[in-house]
Amino acid sequence: MTDVLRVEDLAVYYLTPDGPIKAVDGVSFALKAGERLGLIGESGSGKTTMGTALMRLTRPPGRIVRGHVQLNGRDLLAVSERELSAIRLREIALVPQGAMNALNPVMRIRDQIVDGIVAHEGELLRRESADRVAQALTRVGMPVALADRFPHELSGGQKQRVAIAIATMLNPRVIVADEPTSALDVVVQRQVMLTLGRVQEGLGAAVILIGHDMGLMAQFADTIGVLYAGKLVEYGPIDDVLESPRHPYTRLLVDSLPKLDAKHELRGIPGLPPALLNLPPGCPFAPRCPHAFGRCVEETPLLQHLAAEHRVACHLY
Amino acid sequence: MPPLLELRGATTVYGGGGLLRKREAVVALDHVSFAIADDRPSITAIAGESGSGKTTLGHLLLGHLSPTSGHVLYRGKDLATMNAEERMQFRRAVQPIFQDPFAAFNPFYRIDHVLRQPIRRFQLATGDRPARQLIEEALEMVGLRPQETLGRFPHQLSGGQRQRIMVARALLCRPKVILADEPVSMVDASLRATILASLQRLNQGLGISVIYITHDLTTAYQISDNIIILYRGSVAEAGSVERVVQDPQHPYTQLLISSIPVPDRKRRWVGEDLPEADAAPPRHSTGCKFAPRCKAVMDVCWQQPPPLYQTDPDRVAACFLYKDSPVLESSDVAQAFRNPGAIGG
Repeated sequence: MTDVLRVEDLAVYYLTPDGPIKAVDGVSFALKAGERLGLIGESGSGKTTMGTALMRLTRPPGRIVRGHVQLNGRDLLAVSERELSAIRLREIALVPQGAMNALNPVMRIRDQIVDGIVAHEGELLRRESADRVAQALTRVGMPVALADRFPHELSGGQKQRVAIAIATMLNPRVIVADEPTSALDVVVQRQVMLTLGRVQEGLGAAVILIGHDMGLMAQFADTIGVLYAGKLVEYGPIDDVLESPRHPYTRLLVDSLPKLDAKHELRGIPGLPPALLNLPPGCPFAPRCPHAFGRCVEETPLLQHLAAEHRVACHLY
Repeated sequence: MPPLLELRGATTVYGGGGLLRKREAVVALDHVSFAIADDRPSITAIAGESGSGKTTLGHLLLGHLSPTSGHVLYRGKDLATMNAEERMQFRRAVQPIFQDPFAAFNPFYRIDHVLRQPIRRFQLATGDRPARQLIEEALEMVGLRPQETLGRFPHQLSGGQRQRIMVARALLCRPKVILADEPVSMVDASLRATILASLQRLNQGLGISVIYITHDLTTAYQISDNIIILYRGSVAEAGSVERVVQDPQHPYTQLLISSIPVPDRKRRWVGEDLPEADAAPPRHSTGCKFAPRCKAVMDVCWQQPPPLYQTDPDRVAACFLYKDSPVLESSDVAQAFRNPGAIGG
């Protein structure tokens, strides 16, 4: 299968008077049609910056300083603004963080769905627009009658599903979902994630799920990329990564997860994530790493293949 | 010996007033009773989704809110009838830790300020040197190095560090109970375990009881002895955390636990359709509040609210599925709690 999305050496910096903050620094990965990639990272790891950069939605002081985002063979970072507007929503769509609060409070759900279609396809006949709205809502398992409601008349889970309906109504090839369930209760979260999965499978689209919850990743993703201080430190099939995490950060992260089947001693990862301003040379995890040795503070490890699909950035290998 | 902290038939109703138009009253907490024993330190989790009343319950226990009906008692004394001195003692003995470690600090003051406040307020030390010593001890107890913490401003510390400072602040007061309302929900995964472990240490090492209010059943299971599951203001299930989490009986608890995304590929969600999570009960329904979402709903569920059935020696469930079990005689769900000393035995 060919790749729908290829990200090559993507770097996004926030330019500040004190110097650049390297929020995303040299990230590369490829995504096949229908693949579910989870990008996991803690706050400040660059995961949201990454999601917006994939859509070329980075705003100052953020700047995409290098790299390529190849979508079906076209570089999103090189096309004109006009081409870009045609590509967004139709080929790659974003369910932004807190999407449920991004709905316009004074517009009915129906009009917010139609808005995007009109922007891409021009005015619709009344009949046709009703069909499209019904299709979009049915796809996310919502009753069509809700189209006439305003956002405040919907629950959080319903609003989040409307956001998914809007993002997917033009059948994109790639869906980027940034913490789509962060403010929702577990039962609703499960419902929204199952909805997202069903829509994605229906479309045969690839999904990038951005988040911090390893449990959610395990439930949803096929592949996982672990971000630390703006870099991918481990990337591979989720079964392999959960079963035998190779990067010390991933291993500590997996070990620190509280489990439901047996009580065990709670252990966090000692130390703190690094400040991204003036990051010293070497591996960004070295100061917290139990296995760090001389080379780790001198030379930044590159992501290299351990197995055909499992890559890790660590001098231990 | 009277219990340390007790809710007796506590009910909280919000709204219902309104000058021109009568607003719908919301029952946030509906006749909840439980007690935290004084003779043995325990960790009790209060778990539920948004709207379950768990935060309201926390505010009642802290005395921030008076119940609309029912009582809150500290060592057998009703908060409503306490005199100033008793109230002061109560305020010192029951210490809160809140969800947002970013909102709890005044950005203009150094960290020292928030730590010195309780010392002044409760006159815990006289003079600068003993005060500083108390502060350093408290910081070390939560795993912070005083020289790296004191003198700093809040923005120079991470969320995890700030939250541990809040724990240290609570410790200064030598409390009997720490009430932690979602203390780790805004903290990164790698630091969560550290904060929860420090709460556990306080419980085991210093004999402080902890009330852990959370939506996260996984961490509740890991650190607690007993758990109360709230649904729309009522107790759905309560008892020893092993029983409730490993073998949930109330259909709501079962739904909650099966919805947890566990980081285990062998235990994945099955793709069945769930009952509409947002289904609200009819406004003036008299039956079980969970009935509209319940897969096992029966006729009786719509007619009257289920009592608490004692289904195990250390667990109660408010569900008619267990109507052959005896009804819990006292309304205090803590009657079903297991002695923390017995855990693991």
